[in-house]
Amino acid sequence: MTTKVMGAAIKRKEDPRLITGEARYLDDVQLTGMVYAAILRSPYAHAKIKRINTTKVRKQPGVVAVYTGEDFKDLPALPCAWQAEAGRIKNNVNTPRVLEIDRVTHTGAGVAVVIADDRYAAEDALGLIEVDYEPLPVVVDAEKATLPGAPQIHENAPNNICMDWAIGDKDGADAALQSSDVVVRQRLVNQRLIPNVMEPRGCIAQYLPASEEYTVWMTSQDPHIMRLLMTAFVFGIPETKMRVIAPQVGGGFGTKIFLYPEYCLMAALAKKVGRPVKWAETRRENYIATTHGRDHVTDIEVGANRDGKITALKVKTYANLGGILSTIAPGIPTTLYGRILSGPYKIPHIYCNVIGTYTNTGMVDAYRGAGRPEATYTVERAVDLVARELNMDPVEVRRKNFIPADEFPYTPADNILAGLKYDSGEYEKALNKALDMVDYEGFRREQEQARKQGRYLGIGLSTYIEICGAAPSSWIGVGPTGQGWGAAMWESANLRVHLTGKVILTIGTQSHGQGHETTMAQIVAQELGIPMDDIIVQLGDTLGTPFGYGTYASRSAAVGGMAVYNSAQKIKEKAKRLAAHLLEASPDDMTFEDGKAFVKGSPDKAKTIQELAGAAALAYSLPAGMEPFLDDITYYDPPDCTYPFGTHICTVEVDKDTGQVQILRYLAVDDVGKRINPMIVEGQIHGGIVQGVGQALWEGAVYDDNAQLLSGSMMDYAVPKASFLPHIELESTETPSPTNAMGVKGVGETGTIASTPAVVNAVVDALSPLGIKHLDMPLTPEKVWRAMRSAQSAKM
Amino acid sequence: MAYPVAITVNGTAYEREVEPRLLLVHFLRETLGLTGTNVGCDTSQCGSCTVLMDGVAVKSCTVLAVQADGSSITTIEGLTSDGKLHPVQEAFWEKHGLQCGFCTPGMIITVVDLLNNNPHPTDAEIRHGLEGNLCRCTGYQNIVEAVKHAAKAMPAAEAKPEEMREAVRA
Repeated sequence: MTTKVMGAAIKRKEDPRLITGEARYLDDVQLTGMVYAAILRSPYAHAKIKRINTTKVRKQPGVVAVYTGEDFKDLPALPCAWQAEAGRIKNNVNTPRVLEIDRVTHTGAGVAVVIADDRYAAEDALGLIEVDYEPLPVVVDAEKATLPGAPQIHENAPNNICMDWAIGDKDGADAALQSSDVVVRQRLVNQRLIPNVMEPRGCIAQYLPASEEYTVWMTSQDPHIMRLLMTAFVFGIPETKMRVIAPQVGGGFGTKIFLYPEYCLMAALAKKVGRPVKWAETRRENYIATTHGRDHVTDIEVGANRDGKITALKVKTYANLGGILSTIAPGIPTTLYGRILSGPYKIPHIYCNVIGTYTNTGMVDAYRGAGRPEATYTVERAVDLVARELNMDPVEVRRKNFIPADEFPYTPADNILAGLKYDSGEYEKALNKALDMVDYEGFRREQEQARKQGRYLGIGLSTYIEICGAAPSSWIGVGPTGQGWGAAMWESANLRVHLTGKVILTIGTQSHGQGHETTMAQIVAQELGIPMDDIIVQLGDTLGTPFGYGTYASRSAAVGGMAVYNSAQKIKEKAKRLAAHLLEASPDDMTFEDGKAFVKGSPDKAKTIQELAGAAALAYSLPAGMEPFLDDITYYDPPDCTYPFGTHICTVEVDKDTGQVQILRYLAVDDVGKRINPMIVEGQIHGGIVQGVGQALWEGAVYDDNAQLLSGSMMDYAVPKASFLPHIELESTETPSPTNAMGVKGVGETGTIASTPAVVNAVVDALSPLGIKHLDMPLTPEKVWRAMRSAQSAKM
Repeated sequence: MAYPVAITVNGTAYEREVEPRLLLVHFLRETLGLTGTNVGCDTSQCGSCTVLMDGVAVKSCTVLAVQADGSSITTIEGLTSDGKLHPVQEAFWEKHGLQCGFCTPGMIITVVDLLNNNPHPTDAEIRHGLEGNLCRCTGYQNIVEAVKHAAKAMPAAEAKPEEMREAVRA
């Protein structure tokens, strides 16, 4: 009998160092002779830099050096990895410089840097730099930025438009809307969020002049990409001259995917001053200099017939990209947004137009879910709006429009998924399970009773899908049919079984909380029958790991995990051939089970994987042509993405006097395919749900008319606290993905993608007796109270 | 100007001269090299830097090293004794109460303090007790589970590390 390691809730291998303080995060790394950098950032959102005077700083005790943008003129602006569908549509690119030279387009842009013996001295010195700014008019709103008379931010971007992107069939959608029984139009604001990863960013760089080599430690989700971008696109040096190390990384949620100015700045400074230089981001800096997420304004038109069938969805979105582009900023509201607007539904006609605009706000890029939460919110609100218009139960409208289980693989209408197909799904099964859990009919009765007493109870659903496992390289990349991302998206794993039978697995993905050291080891343990304790997973260092694209887009299990799985198969094959040789049997008669290779039917005469590893390493008797050592590598390029799905349900009570929303129950049935470690899967879902609920109810970046970030600290931005939330109830269904041999789909982002509309739908449902059809997030007590008041006075 | 301070950290007495503005967290991390305590914000919101000062949880980014003069500090490094994990550490591991781990040292210290004061908290009391500590990964659910697990595993007195008990007696 095979021991089940896959699918077991195994405690994490990485935890002992994390619960004892032994783990070394970026700011814990100390190097001999290290100095500290502090960055002077623009207080203006849009200004010309006329003059910078650093004379006073130079005399300050403890200061080693001070530099401005002029000192790094020779370094180009940072690369942007989205090339607008390989040139098929027009776009422009404006990216940050290491330090800005003559102009800033958002608050927080770096304009000067001080290096000092300690961080206190560096921070002190910043105040002595004199910068003469000429403030320019600003624009904050993505749509207003495109209107005549708006301040122009970049010369190459007329009307502040970065790109104007459209997919689907406009004429088809228009015609279908015209012939529909009803058409619902609604503006949906998906507000800007500040990711608030718990470990702020940071970087340490060291340069060795004799060997001309850089070593750069950084808080990164993708150290190989960072090295590639820095060497090839910024410094113009061979990749071999730089090593990038991501030490223990304290969360990412997308923000640590990107190449930021500070990383290049530290590398440049290390060379200039001849000492290792550290920059550790403060939380204040994190709010203004690290990427934000979401920030869409979307107008939808959704058509339906009286029977509840949706006929067409037409979407126009203004996506705020900030004052300057982060690494993949334009790719998020396009590839990862418009392309999943069919959700789990058979929508016959879809059209989506996205206008990405520059405004004088902080950079916007991938934040947990990245485009897919925005799409899911759009679709799930649209379905509820249709239900409301038709006076149908939102559950029934969903059932009427679900893609049936026997229609997979499914191609969404109008080629909006650009050639990919949904892999598998049983949407109604997950829905039914969730409805049972919540006792839907019972809740509706309770709601009816409560309404009679003047209480506002509501229930909201989100029957989502998500796209995980990014992505087939031919689909995402710069080829003729690709989405124009300057990347492939295969993943790598090198599996070595050492002489002692111990395994070292090196991978190209980069855990920053996901638990790869455990789950990747589980795959190896399952396939090779090697104890978990004998397997170590190494990652996060370009020295010693194979090139990989990193961890984001819920890709580590479905793409990175498959690379591990395939490497294990290769090792297994070699082990079987070696065992056949040692047992004097035919390789064709061999089988491998539970860590042993043996002739089929004769398990008593077996060679263990440990014996075979020893024999392969000592190599005194190998079959003809076999190389020594059990060591293999896989570069796995997925044939398609994966498509998890499920149903989230939230029930709420809205306080009629204060507008306070109380979550009564939150429950979710998620189908993420085969689960490697259900404990870790559930942890991912919990965290995702709370981030999504945070968007629905509390979180939101607020800029004033001068484009100053008012929600600029943890005092002003509502990161959810433990007391805000009830116990989340989780169940699952399991529909394996046919796309990969393990049947896994991915889970990192599902919670964030699914949860937001469930909560909003619940609140709107609660307030429906008042005639309220929609409210924009966050649904703070004040906003809800005002909506209730104006609805009540309208009724009077 | 440097001021002399005498601070006991995890049972070891240290005498150092510090700048009056030096934060306790920087004293721990940079002067003593105890980097287990993390800094996650600059407004005393996140709680990543929580340590025990004379047995009481404090945010060490909001205490000056000179204010800690004469006190006894326990950091995450001091919870483990003779290589044995503290029951709260065990519980976080067992219940998957951490993901990226950055908030975890402060969170664990807070839970030690919470259980010292309330050995058998309800769910609501636990969630209220964690209000000074932010976690962005777990959604808090498994942290709550870990606290309940620790509460069961731990007789009330065991919540207190050795030197803390001494401090309380004194």
